[in-house]
Amino acid sequence: MAILADADTRVIIQGITGREATTFTKDMIDYGTTVVAGITPGKHGQQVHRIPVYDTVRQAVNEHPANASVISVPPALAKGAVLEALDNGITLLVVVSERVPRKDTIEFLEIAREKNARVIGPNTLGFISPHHLKLGMAGGPIEDVKKAYMPGPVGIASRSGGMTTEIANLLTTNGIGQSTCVGVGGDPVVGSNFLDLIPLFDKDPETKVVVLFCEPGGVIEEKLADLVITENISLPIIAFIAGRFVDDMPGVRFGHAATIVEGDRGTTKGKIAMFQKAGIRVAENFSDIVGIAKEYLK
Amino acid sequence: MRLLECESKEILSKYQIATPSGRAVSFINNLDIKPPVMLKAQIPIGGRGKSGGIFEASTSDGAKAKIEQLLATWVRGYKATKILVEEKLDIDQEFFMAITDDTVAKSPLAIFSSEGGVDIEALAERQPQKVRKELFSMRSKLPQYRAREIISETGISGRLLLGLGNILSRLADVFLDYDATLAEINPLALTRDGRLIALDCHMEIDDDALFRHKELIELAKEGNRFESERSLTEFERKAAEIDQIDHRGVAGRVIEFDGNLGLIIGGGGASLTAFDAVQSHGGKPANYCEIGGNPSVLKVKELTRLILSKPNVQKIAVIMNVVSNTRVDLVARGIVKGILEAGKDPAKTVAAFRIPGAWEEEGFKILSKYGVQYLDRTVSIDDTARIAVDNSGD
Repeated sequence: MAILADADTRVIIQGITGREATTFTKDMIDYGTTVVAGITPGKHGQQVHRIPVYDTVRQAVNEHPANASVISVPPALAKGAVLEALDNGITLLVVVSERVPRKDTIEFLEIAREKNARVIGPNTLGFISPHHLKLGMAGGPIEDVKKAYMPGPVGIASRSGGMTTEIANLLTTNGIGQSTCVGVGGDPVVGSNFLDLIPLFDKDPETKVVVLFCEPGGVIEEKLADLVITENISLPIIAFIAGRFVDDMPGVRFGHAATIVEGDRGTTKGKIAMFQKAGIRVAENFSDIVGIAKEYLK
Repeated sequence: MRLLECESKEILSKYQIATPSGRAVSFINNLDIKPPVMLKAQIPIGGRGKSGGIFEASTSDGAKAKIEQLLATWVRGYKATKILVEEKLDIDQEFFMAITDDTVAKSPLAIFSSEGGVDIEALAERQPQKVRKELFSMRSKLPQYRAREIISETGISGRLLLGLGNILSRLADVFLDYDATLAEINPLALTRDGRLIALDCHMEIDDDALFRHKELIELAKEGNRFESERSLTEFERKAAEIDQIDHRGVAGRVIEFDGNLGLIIGGGGASLTAFDAVQSHGGKPANYCEIGGNPSVLKVKELTRLILSKPNVQKIAVIMNVVSNTRVDLVARGIVKGILEAGKDPAKTVAAFRIPGAWEEEGFKILSKYGVQYLDRTVSIDDTARIAVDNSGD
């Protein structure tokens, strides 16, 4: 089923006693995710929504074997938390923390690669496989998730957390379900970008179409277009590119740290041209995504 | 944060990378100049040479006149408050070197070119053999042997290879130690008397890592590093103040436009989507903004009032993606209150309201009470924008 996680995914929450983490832990459990333990150094013995809290990841996984972690700690502590999880055999990490220094991100991604671990984020709301599980904040409380998401054949990968849910909602309200919906994270460097996720969706028998939400800045869309051509990827991809007006405002930073056009780099015009060359369908208007998806799903 | 050339060069000096002797000056009184000199406006943007930000002077009086001129001239949207006065060197050869991140490969990247002072991307396309790019490990850094491996690929050997390798390796240390996202020396000059000297340096520091660099935070706080044309408008300044009222959520990143349709939009991705959609349906936005993270009623109210205070704005459109953290009812309350305090009728002022998600029923009740039409989750962001534009005509 889906990508990234399945019924065997057992999750710990690092930073579980934080305000945000307390909330999304409950939402994750309600949605059916197997959350086995939480970690906040110094708070061993506490409970959060009946989940036991430990001082260290080692203690936690000794008592409750786990293979995934959602990390929600202050930015300066994120690198340490990721390394702690990797050292203790965690192979799927969702780093929710925002404003993590880029150097720290690159360093922990380097180590994660050596250990064959997969990282989503930083600065991500996480991901959802509808009606199975979710890791992170994506979608919010269960009643809200159920309104916006339903299971089906469309994968979503989005540079914006909020738009992950918005795209799912657009599809759901038009009767189209989703396989896995991933907020890749808003930072310029993230553990799993479009280039990493498209091959996973391509291999997933459940996913028939992928929708991408793209923003100005960076060159990931351009590189993806290259990948689709060189690897001959046949999975249908629909891209929506927001922020076309930003092309005319070089040097101004919008939303995410990654959303900035520098010189000719990262313009939406350039991204659209590259996508079209690679056969990736670009939705002109946001709601055009529905019609194009239906064409592919016929 | 982009450092000025003189600030970057100070850092290079700490790492024993030679720079021309000179100093940054803000006035010419009692200035002792030994011509010939280079005069360089200290502004945070490239392309200074082509746009009148850099001069050469062969006499002391000529230099002083040029310094005064540079201090009074806008160059590419900036005016320098400091002019770097440097010895003019006798140059034999120029190189390019830079350390940056490859954001797709998620790794630091070293770039070296045997030709300097050029547009490196263009050169890489024209003469790829002159440009080498190699990823390196954040943990192993760029030892001198790796630097020499990279440089020797361009055909450089002998004593020059040792000198350049040394500098590239140190530049990588600067990059890593300062949490830079770019550290570039272009050009790096070989002088006729055989010295390697960094003629220009461009450094960008990761804003998210500034907390580890107290001295740079102090630097950023200095109000007089340079003047910028793109300073905030009065409207944008007031919006920034509103965002600072409390720490609950964001009602910020407001940019003023000259249209008549006020926008209260969010979060980040949806704001970009909604703004495009309003424009593509022929609407003329009065502003861009991003709200999110569950802003307080007070912030939303004040932002609403501010937008409605623009003389040509009679209508506002409120558009967000399906929210899970931000509460619909709190935003609705803020909008209604703001409109009422501006002395207007919510039912006539809201061109469209579309925020589905957390606490939507409560939000819709508030809107209904004031006769405001709202759209639910079945109406997409772009359809909402079209409706808003249709409703914003008279």
